[in-house]
Amino acid sequence: MELFVFDGTFEGLLTSIFDSYERKSQHVKLVSDAHYLPDVFQESIKIVSDETKANRVWKGLKQKLDPEWMKRIYKSFLSEQPETFQDLFDFSHYIFDNPKGSEENFGNPCVLAISQMDRKVHREKHRMEAFIRFQQTADGTFYAHIDPDFNVLPLISDHFRKRYADQKWIIFDLKRKYGLFYDLDKVEEITFDFTTEMSASLNALPQQILDPKEELYSLLWKDYFRSTNIPARKNMKLHIRHVPKRYWKYLSEKQI
Amino acid sequence: MFERIREKLEILADAAKYDVSCSSSGSNRKNHNKGLGDAEGTGICHTYTEDGRCVSLLKILLTNHCIYDCAFCVSRRSNDIKRAAFTVDEVVELTMNFYRRNYIEGLFLSSGIFKDGDYTMERLLRIVKKLRVEEKFNGYIHLKTIPGASPELLKEAGLYADRMSINLEMPTELGLKLLAPEKSHEDVKRPLGLIQDSIVQYKDEKALIKSTPKFVPAGQSTQMVIGATPESDKEIMHTADRFYKKFSLKRVYYSGYIPISNDNRLPIIGSQPPLIRENRLYQTDWLMRFYGFDVKEILNDANPNLDVDIDPKLSWALRNLDQFPVDINSADYRMILRVPGIGVTSALKIVQARKFGRLHKDQLKKIGISFNRAKHFIRYADSPIQLNDFEAGHIKGLILSESNSKYLKTPSNQLSLF
Repeated sequence: MELFVFDGTFEGLLTSIFDSYERKSQHVKLVSDAHYLPDVFQESIKIVSDETKANRVWKGLKQKLDPEWMKRIYKSFLSEQPETFQDLFDFSHYIFDNPKGSEENFGNPCVLAISQMDRKVHREKHRMEAFIRFQQTADGTFYAHIDPDFNVLPLISDHFRKRYADQKWIIFDLKRKYGLFYDLDKVEEITFDFTTEMSASLNALPQQILDPKEELYSLLWKDYFRSTNIPARKNMKLHIRHVPKRYWKYLSEKQI
Repeated sequence: MFERIREKLEILADAAKYDVSCSSSGSNRKNHNKGLGDAEGTGICHTYTEDGRCVSLLKILLTNHCIYDCAFCVSRRSNDIKRAAFTVDEVVELTMNFYRRNYIEGLFLSSGIFKDGDYTMERLLRIVKKLRVEEKFNGYIHLKTIPGASPELLKEAGLYADRMSINLEMPTELGLKLLAPEKSHEDVKRPLGLIQDSIVQYKDEKALIKSTPKFVPAGQSTQMVIGATPESDKEIMHTADRFYKKFSLKRVYYSGYIPISNDNRLPIIGSQPPLIRENRLYQTDWLMRFYGFDVKEILNDANPNLDVDIDPKLSWALRNLDQFPVDINSADYRMILRVPGIGVTSALKIVQARKFGRLHKDQLKKIGISFNRAKHFIRYADSPIQLNDFEAGHIKGLILSESNSKYLKTPSNQLSLF
């Protein structure tokens, strides 16, 4: 068995697939350097990310898979899970080594693993689209921050750009320390450094930089949330299943 | 100033909440004018109330003043409650500002009927028109069709709304006459038919002329109140089936009656809403729409009511054991879909995966079927040899004893409150 260590990027992952074919490796264990623990008994091979190699692997996969599956590969990569890196590696080998159409074999463990991880990432993306609550600042920008389980910012960018085309907005990922900024024209990646003193809870922006009407609307929203409940049907179990507690911090209506 | 708008919202959201429709999907309205909002694709539930219902739209009444006196409705004219009415601008501003903060997918606008149908519909129309034309709002709008409003107003409203709905209220004409003598199912069918005809007409034109405007792109829906009057499940679902077919409805909603009145024709205040029954009706609705069941297979003269302790798919299977076991590796998709414990997603995966080799137990489990339930009805590559045929009561007992359904631990026919 050979141990491949890659840099944790998508390009690095694809490069490692290329290298494994070049080296005619039989069994490969793939880890990202963030998860790599040096082991005296096991020699490791350092994968150097290479755009040309990565592109060739990507093009090769494209010839065998439809666009839906290509998206699934990218989405499960964004999960950042160590075992998913291995699944993606195994899946690509399985696709290259078998005839076209093999991705439909849900009886195969790595096919199933990728399609299930895709669902998980997709669910997290969908939750962010639902649970983000913007606050309007005095200069008219709408701000929200998140710390999602998976790196979903690249996946939600389009959704928010289409929807909020006539307002400036920022969505910032506290965990991964980068964000998206829409300036009424295009979405850009941004980084800034105040996040250390920023709490993950909502309503993090100080009152003085908010739009004067912000308080009214968040109050009206809380009122609305309360009024629309039917106490005779109370069902907290169902409530929590739909809105797991770890997401409550985003929801202004759940803050007291 | 703050206080007045807060009070109005409280009254008019509270009065609107008994309409259970929450869907914000099915439209194809894009943000084409660099305005606000996009109602394309799947809906989004932005939060859930403590009763577990999704909050997707700002659901409010324009006013709760009403000339009708329907016994089952909180806003009936004889009810002594606070009344309020929004102005057109207030609704527009609330919608825009809630939407900008990502609180909602759009607006669900209904209203009590003040003066007459036309007068009410005309106000609703002004709101949606202002949102679409002046504010460039492309979010989702669900608009109530007001019974008695003129065809011209309805047809114009359809140009701005994504979905329109009008409620049957009671599953049968008889039930409706009992509680709301001023209303009839005919008053519902007329506008449903009118809008359905226009939807078809616009669609035909769209095929020829690309610039044809959208008309109610997310279709129509309706709602029935369950448990206020003594209809059987069969009557309810057969009515639903007729309306699905006749008016191509996108959804029929079933709303368990929540006692809000001391009227002696209705269940008394404080009695539990029929939540399990409501759940079983929705399950039946799903079987009809996504699982290829005909309503008569599930509810007929021999079985006029749904079982409370097991779901309708399982009870159909137990009544039709001669059609089982189904061989996972050879049966057609239609039949795999009918196995209790296998849903649409799993059934699709099964028919794809078996092309690569016969499927075994561990693969089926991983694909995500509910194996403990399905195992009584299927054969697979490594299924154990079974000598004796089980009979229905035995299988039901086995499934119930293994299952931890939310309903079974409390054998009473109501959910526990805590």
